[in-house]
Amino acid sequence: MEAVSSLARFDSQPAVTALAVRDLAKTFGGARALKGISFDIGPGEVHGLLGQNGCGKSTFVKILCGFHAPDPGGQISLYGEAVPLPMAAGSFRDLKLAFVHQQLGLVPSLTVLENLRVSHVTGRRGLINWKAERIAASQALGRFGIDLDLNARLDSLSQTQRALLAIVRASQDLADSQSEGDKGGILVLDEPTPFLPREGVQRLFGLVRQLVGQGASVLFISHDIDEVREITDRATVLRDGEVTARIETAHASHDDFIEGIVGRRIVRVTRPAAARATASVKAAVRDIAEPGLTVPALDIQEGEILGLTGLIGSGYERLPYLLFGADRARTGTLTFGGQVKSLRSMTPRQAVADGMALLPADRPKASGIGSLPIVDNLLMLDMRRFQTRLGLRRRAMVEEAGKLSTQYEVRPNKPSQKLSALSGGNAQKVLLAKWLLKRPGLLLLDEPTQGVDVGARQQLFRIVRQAATDGAAVICASSDFEQLAQLCDRVLIFARGAVAAELIGDEITKDHIAERCYVESDSRPQARIDG
Amino acid sequence: MSNRTLGPRPASMAEPRFHLGLFVERFALVGAWLLTIIVFSIVLPGVFLTWGNFSVLFATQAPGAVLALALIIPLTAGDYDLSVGATLTLSAVIIGVLNAVLQWPVALAIPVSLAAGLAMGLINAFFIVYVRIPSLVVTLGSASVAAGLVQWISNSSTISGISPALIGVIGHRFLGISLVFYYVLALACIIWIVFEYTGLGRSILFVGRSREVARLSGLNVDWIRAACLVVSSLLAALGGVAYAGLLGAADPFSGLNYLLPAFAAAYLGATAILPGRFNALGALIAVYFLATGITGLTMLGIPIWVTSVFNGGALIVAVTVSQFARGREETDIV
Repeated sequence: MEAVSSLARFDSQPAVTALAVRDLAKTFGGARALKGISFDIGPGEVHGLLGQNGCGKSTFVKILCGFHAPDPGGQISLYGEAVPLPMAAGSFRDLKLAFVHQQLGLVPSLTVLENLRVSHVTGRRGLINWKAERIAASQALGRFGIDLDLNARLDSLSQTQRALLAIVRASQDLADSQSEGDKGGILVLDEPTPFLPREGVQRLFGLVRQLVGQGASVLFISHDIDEVREITDRATVLRDGEVTARIETAHASHDDFIEGIVGRRIVRVTRPAAARATASVKAAVRDIAEPGLTVPALDIQEGEILGLTGLIGSGYERLPYLLFGADRARTGTLTFGGQVKSLRSMTPRQAVADGMALLPADRPKASGIGSLPIVDNLLMLDMRRFQTRLGLRRRAMVEEAGKLSTQYEVRPNKPSQKLSALSGGNAQKVLLAKWLLKRPGLLLLDEPTQGVDVGARQQLFRIVRQAATDGAAVICASSDFEQLAQLCDRVLIFARGAVAAELIGDEITKDHIAERCYVESDSRPQARIDG
Repeated sequence: MSNRTLGPRPASMAEPRFHLGLFVERFALVGAWLLTIIVFSIVLPGVFLTWGNFSVLFATQAPGAVLALALIIPLTAGDYDLSVGATLTLSAVIIGVLNAVLQWPVALAIPVSLAAGLAMGLINAFFIVYVRIPSLVVTLGSASVAAGLVQWISNSSTISGISPALIGVIGHRFLGISLVFYYVLALACIIWIVFEYTGLGRSILFVGRSREVARLSGLNVDWIRAACLVVSSLLAALGGVAYAGLLGAADPFSGLNYLLPAFAAAYLGATAILPGRFNALGALIAVYFLATGITGLTMLGIPIWVTSVFNGGALIVAVTVSQFARGREETDIV
């Protein structure tokens, strides 16, 4: 097995650690996102970093690339040299560190060549020697056996090709920052795989092995236990800002990882679905078969709050947008309000007319207009009520907005203020109120409490529950397991674009959801739960 | 989305208590206009501040004012329309050719020129909204096409001899000012009311500020954008009718000179009355502020090139001042 052979190689290396992290902590406001973590990465090692959302992984990466300043007392050393903390933003370039983030940081409308050589080309004085750049680029790609047309626009490439390109570029930047004969460098891969097909992941791993073969170390951050088990030599697991497991990959089982991530040994049991009160079905989804998302049948009952979740890349978050017509679907139907509607021809306009509501996750871009006053955002869908033959009754609108703001506990209650002046939680209350004014029969939420403080979360939950009590069917897509546990009557867990498990009633706990997510993403068939 | 740490800034509806900073911001442009008048009155005693001078100024700037008002409609919906100047000229020249050359009655010539405006608007809307080409590109192109057509049908020369009937309707004086000025006032009021006091006006604003939010709220974004483009072309054509009536002739070139001042006035107007929004009253005040400055400079005998410098300079200075007043945050308008 690959993991064993690379581990052997790691043991034969001289014992200078590539990256040593000691007691690194970070406090945001009162919350300790990192509670003093320590771990090492050896030269030529692929090291996994795992954990649930909110475990501190991304905080750690942001400290490493100089975006956050850590709390005093922590230490990071690279190849035996202590790094001055906080790091200046961007200084990682000089420190033998390179990052590939999930978004890859490539420009879709530029060519492969321009994307690959961007740091070179923008950094140089004088004229660009495109011939030399071209040779350097094709050498870099050739060294890793990647065949790409240098003139191709990036948006003509597959996801896999883009990911490979981003990694080659990062490895080049590493090589550029080093003096002759010095072969180290640490490449941080932050969730590079969730949107890649299986064979894409294999090609990416091939590239990682080549890089490690050339002496680099890799920090591989992922949700996917199988992938971590396949590619890494060792792994560190974080939970609630602490290291909960240090794992020698070769000697660890899938369940060892889950135990570290979730915090307890999992018990594989199948429970019979609890008999549910058969309220009337409010909305029924049938036959969605999109690339990367299949939903053969899904019923939502009146007054039910249904959670959708899964690990990143499992596809669950697309469902609300497909049902609302916000993203174009090619398949599937929605039965709602006594009509069967083809999702092919669904538009947001139609959805609003039918009594559906969608609160998108991207608040500044898709949900609220920050540059307009609260009153306009709040009453956007309801202006007809204020229209008289003499025009809009603006004063009445402001008064109504004031009343609604009180009802929905929006603070400060100043309806004429711009929406962007509100905190995330208060802006979200305004936008939720905007939709609830229409008394929607089907309320679709995507990450409703993202960027929302703890107090406002509870208020938002109360509002959503009230909407459900009033008869709406609610679908809530979320990667926040705690939120799902607090809010939902039923949670569907997606894996590889399909519903893999259903949790009902008492089964819905934060840990249980997390556990199911990781278990279901396990590709070994014996780990699947019957039924 | 602009700066999150922004302080309270009531936009369209004044909060009950008086807010000095806001008042200054809203009426700075009016102040600048009055100041310009005072300065020129002192420099040009007895010549500048006369009823005759201002009644001419109010009338001659009317076509430019119509263009500025036409422009703020697609600008509010988030699209540029660079073709309004050419549409104005096209409309004026159509009236000239049909009425003065072919001897059609004005009552028939006007619908044809408005139809030409409608066609311009539909063509712009087709390429911008349906084909999805940036509005800057489409209207730059269509402006050039229209300017070419104008030269073709007018043989590149001014057509005089337009029916006195039209001249009467446009140029007849009421309280010493040509009727056209009152039409412009009426148009500004209508646009103001539509923008501030109708659901349609709000919808246009939503579309301009965030297409995605508007779309997901069930607004018909494409239709609204298209309608705004068509209305701006139609208004530009009306401006052409006013221009022809005012001059009694159709000039194939000078109408194009209204475009930059109209844009300047639209943006300048967005710093006043309702700061941060394109608005009809602000645009109207800006048109006359710019025209007052230019009239005064011309009466001082300053060469013609100063006109362009004044228009451009006033725009940049005014917008800069308003940006500093707002603490250089990202503007809400593009």
